[in-house]
Amino acid sequence: MAPFDNPFDAKRRFRRGGCSCGAHESQAAHEAALPAGDAAIERAVEATMLRALFPHAPERRAFLRSVGAATAAAAVSQFLPTKFVAEAFAEAGKPEKTDLKVGFIPITCATPIIMAKPMGFYEKQGLNVDVVKTAGWAVVRDKTLNKEYDAAHMLAPMPLAITLGLGSNPVPFAVPAIENVNGQAICLANKHKDNRDPKNWKGFKLAIPFDYSNHNYLLRYYLAEHGIDPDTDVQLRSVPPPEMVANLRADNIDGFLAPDNVVQRAVYDGVGFIHILSKEIWDGHPCCSFSVAQDTIREMPNATAALLRAILQATAYASKTENRKEIAAAIAPANYLNQPVTVVEQVLTGTYADGLGSVKKDPKRVAFDPFPYESFAIWTLTQMKRWGQIKGDVDYAAVAQQVYRATDAAKLMKQDGLTPPEATTKTFVVMGKTFDPAKPAEYLDSFKIKRAS
Amino acid sequence: MKGTLRLRAGILSLALLAMILLGWQVAVSGTASTQAMDPEYAALMGQAATTGKSAMPGPLDVGATIWHHLKDPFYDRGPNDKGIGIQLAYSIGRVALGYGLAVLVAIPVGFLIGMSPLMSRALDPYIQILKPVSPLAWMPLALYTIKDSSLSAIFVIFICSVWPMLINTVFGVAGTRKEWLNVARTLEVGPVRRAFTVILPAAAPTILTGMRISIGIAWLVIVAAEMLVGGTGIGYFVWNEWNNLSITNVITSILVIGLVGMVLDQLLARAQRLVTFPE
Repeated sequence: MAPFDNPFDAKRRFRRGGCSCGAHESQAAHEAALPAGDAAIERAVEATMLRALFPHAPERRAFLRSVGAATAAAAVSQFLPTKFVAEAFAEAGKPEKTDLKVGFIPITCATPIIMAKPMGFYEKQGLNVDVVKTAGWAVVRDKTLNKEYDAAHMLAPMPLAITLGLGSNPVPFAVPAIENVNGQAICLANKHKDNRDPKNWKGFKLAIPFDYSNHNYLLRYYLAEHGIDPDTDVQLRSVPPPEMVANLRADNIDGFLAPDNVVQRAVYDGVGFIHILSKEIWDGHPCCSFSVAQDTIREMPNATAALLRAILQATAYASKTENRKEIAAAIAPANYLNQPVTVVEQVLTGTYADGLGSVKKDPKRVAFDPFPYESFAIWTLTQMKRWGQIKGDVDYAAVAQQVYRATDAAKLMKQDGLTPPEATTKTFVVMGKTFDPAKPAEYLDSFKIKRAS
Repeated sequence: MKGTLRLRAGILSLALLAMILLGWQVAVSGTASTQAMDPEYAALMGQAATTGKSAMPGPLDVGATIWHHLKDPFYDRGPNDKGIGIQLAYSIGRVALGYGLAVLVAIPVGFLIGMSPLMSRALDPYIQILKPVSPLAWMPLALYTIKDSSLSAIFVIFICSVWPMLINTVFGVAGTRKEWLNVARTLEVGPVRRAFTVILPAAAPTILTGMRISIGIAWLVIVAAEMLVGGTGIGYFVWNEWNNLSITNVITSILVIGLVGMVLDQLLARAQRLVTFPE
């Protein structure tokens, strides 16, 4: 919900039946009333700024109540001209290059990147984009570093890892948009149907898609919270998603934390069941990102801005639940995900078979929210450090700010002598524990099981 | 006698094929027991889970898939979905390029090394070390230095097919009979003419053997290389169908890869027969 609801509304209520704003009968009605296209982008930018100014909700509400939403909007735009940023998005000049290539991995996380092609979001921006299916995360990384791809679908921690030079040469990367939040799950082999307590999982072989993935960090987090040391008590293997189902069938692994349509495919093929959804570990966690090399942004700001607009609009479209069936049908064919439509549909609509004999309904199984909160990056960095991927000190805030950027608008604003918005962060809760992005070191210290000293 | 042998071999081959297909069909046709399911739940599940159908396809399924691919081998529905004919063409094109480059390099270099015992000794350790390296081990290095995935694939083909040709050329050239070289020397034949009229025909059968080994390796490697770099080609096709867990399509492509490999090998075998001479 975050960037697409209205923070200027002082009477907006926290969820209490009905929809998230309280003005509509249901979430569906609420989403239907949301602005689409350019208006949505403008709203998102304004919302971001207001949040940046008043990170604490009670303060923001008090401010709005005392001056009124319209005055607040005017006041905010005085020293943070939202129109300007929105225009940097909306009225970008002619793209330097219209034939672009965007790489993706065939999983539902890539939904906005993929659907923007068959559903014409790229075309609307005057771009001729080829979305190219790629064999694995390392290949996506290398092809993007080689400039074969102008932008790519990457796991959210990958641009951080690339920027820091973990597992590759350091190349500054940017995440102008997150693809999806939630949408992953822990899947176990059918033989573990009665072994649902992670405390008994010693000796398990579990698969993750990549070392630099939130899947890795979430699974490690989950295991460690249950007293299992992910480095010594279980074996974690980095396995490409398609191999996961085959390995699970062959009994080579006990389970995996994987991106969706792989999990659902394991259920569909009758080899595994869904233990928990990743949203049960951290509701609203980022998974995949839309990533661009910072060089590319510098070389062709207009083209990347146009690309970003297409992605943001596609994401806004995908965030509405009533569009999900149509999207599933658009991205399931061989050209994109190459999966049975029903599998993709179960993931996107959140009405799914859990592999244990019941049908579950959870419309938030996967959500699409493009805003790259810097606190996401900070959390990821704490986990990279926690598990020894980052050695030595790291300037959390600086790296987060460099990589996770609301838009390249910040850069444009600096050029015009304006102050870019404050770091846009939010606190969130992972397995009952609140993460304060302002105190990453304390957060890291609070864990019992960790590799970092 | 020869005719009947061929006939008998043919009949045996067909009988074996029939047995394999029958055994295959029987092995996959059984259905495992399944529990009763709620119809709403069953609608969301695949056949493997609902009817206990084996995950392995039978020969009939594979036959249907092959027919489906053969019916329309050259369709093109965007960058990630092309017909099997187009994919094969991409792979063959890559092999032809990499292999062609290897021929251009390996044969002249092999000639020089073979004609000079000094060079032969000096370069031997390098060749011996580089020869056994799996071609795919070059892949990360190639991607890193060449910075282009399709060129990297071609480079990998080049590097894997160059060694057998080089070694065989050296061996063939060095093994030219002394008598022939001596005859050439007494007739005062120049070095260039000697290379083309005496050594080349003498070494040709060995060189062709090297080329035949190389094309086999190149075809083996292209599938693996394309699975790694993706994009186009029969290797990508296999990977894409694997991603879809479509065993029928994987089996289909195995058959197609085998067929093309055989054709390539037979072409060079033909060429080899042309240059063979009786001693």
